[in-house]
Amino acid sequence: MKDRLQSIGLPLLVAIVFVTGWHFAVKVTGSDIFPTPLMVVAGLVELAQKGVLVKYIVASLFRVTAGFLLAVFVGIPFGLLLGWFTPLTRAFNPAIQVLRPISPIAWIPVAILWFGVSDVAPIFLIFLASLFPITTAAMAAVQNIQLVYIRAARNFGITGLDLFRKVVFPAALPQILTGLRLALGVAWLVVVAAEMIAVNSGLGYLIIDARNAGKRYDLVVAGMVLIGLIGLGLDLLIRQMEKLDEVRWGLSR
Amino acid sequence: MILTAPRPTPTFDAVPHPAAFRPKISVRKLWMTFRPKTKEAQPVHVLEDISLDVRDGEFICLVGPSGCGKSTLLNILGGFLQPTEGDASIDGRAIHGPDPKRIFIFQENASFPWLTVEENVGFGVKRDSEAEKRELVEHYIEMVGLTGFAKTFPRELSGGMRQRVEIARALAAEPDVLFMDEPFGALDYLTRLRLRQELIHIWQREKRTVLFVTHDVEEAVQLADRVVVMGKRPARIRAIVPIDIERMRDLDDPACRMLRDEIFGVMGLDHHGLRMSADSSSAIQINVAARRMYN
Repeated sequence: MKDRLQSIGLPLLVAIVFVTGWHFAVKVTGSDIFPTPLMVVAGLVELAQKGVLVKYIVASLFRVTAGFLLAVFVGIPFGLLLGWFTPLTRAFNPAIQVLRPISPIAWIPVAILWFGVSDVAPIFLIFLASLFPITTAAMAAVQNIQLVYIRAARNFGITGLDLFRKVVFPAALPQILTGLRLALGVAWLVVVAAEMIAVNSGLGYLIIDARNAGKRYDLVVAGMVLIGLIGLGLDLLIRQMEKLDEVRWGLSR
Repeated sequence: MILTAPRPTPTFDAVPHPAAFRPKISVRKLWMTFRPKTKEAQPVHVLEDISLDVRDGEFICLVGPSGCGKSTLLNILGGFLQPTEGDASIDGRAIHGPDPKRIFIFQENASFPWLTVEENVGFGVKRDSEAEKRELVEHYIEMVGLTGFAKTFPRELSGGMRQRVEIARALAAEPDVLFMDEPFGALDYLTRLRLRQELIHIWQREKRTVLFVTHDVEEAVQLADRVVVMGKRPARIRAIVPIDIERMRDLDDPACRMLRDEIFGVMGLDHHGLRMSADSSSAIQINVAARRMYN
């Protein structure tokens, strides 16, 4: 009971102090551009009434989902193969390690060149951003599998694709899931940046558009708040998967 | 000093027929050398001239100082390693890789943590009918004393229970040979004692051939029909000591203690497990050798 009170009460207290501080900071400085918390709430209501709130959220979520799932379906099998066959690791790993540190943001001009101002460009960027963490996680997961599992499976006559399906994949799953969580976080960061430049909808577009069309900073901050809340929601969603018995054994705690 | 001639125990025909004897497992002049990874390093000689015959249904314990190569021998028989020289065969056929008819049980538990107990036990079951499969799984879960834990994941079990899962999984595949590589080595003392008793009960009911590696001489005396004593690396077989004592064996029984000390003697240790002078150790070895020859 005391724990619950603390885990809900303390963050609430921090939020109240933060919002109050924010409110008075705006009042004291007399800023007429930066909004108070109340103005941000009013901005959110305005967006909802205009019908763009849901539309932009859906647009952003759609792009993230599409790009992320694409990366899952390419990255996991690719990573598993890389981890399993050492020559493949040797062949591809240097290329991956060179491409990985390039920020997905740096790909924006290239994405626009290839795909124009359309949904495809941000989806491509999110795909790229998620692909590397997912692939590397799957690769490392396979390389870290305890050898006894493979040997035991072989002893029972399991080989080839069955070995992958019944042992390699489930044994690698906890670490892959950690990679997915990381990738989804990055994907959510990238979609906002991509939408600021490459499309005319979504939460990123909302922010840049509110600023350019009349310095509506109440809407800018409203967009930021939404991005934070949805990002938290996505992380909670993937954390639910970590509670499954099939992966819990491989995750600490 | 290498004593490999098959020696019938009282449970078999009183008069042995050497011609009729066909070992389940046969090892002939086996050598094993690990090639060095770098050019400067020396190759590591692990096994030297190992010859051994194991009867069908026999319980053999391999003992020796840790790192002597007993696990290597077991891995060769399990089909996980290729010997450098010599032959190893099971049922008269040379060993080529692992085989579901011969299941290996590992010290570092290899029950699959992503499967429940019953899914683990059912992993190697080769039955077409679902009902038969379920019955077999249930049977072996009961045999290892895990009834009520069928839907549990290994993570939620103790080390001893996880080891039982692996034993049940091995038995459910209906192998004729079990290779056990220090299966109780990572368990606490009391659990180890209890699992030994249970293993004997299971073996008496199932009558599979068991090759059991341990560095615990008392464990070997309690379990085995014959104890194969190996020396330091590169390991040769220094003696094969039959344990002709009725099971279940009490380690306080003077006969058990005597055999234990005899094995310690072969390993060059006194009855406290401490190193003896070279003279007395070889004296006992000769003693043991003489006794074998007399038999």
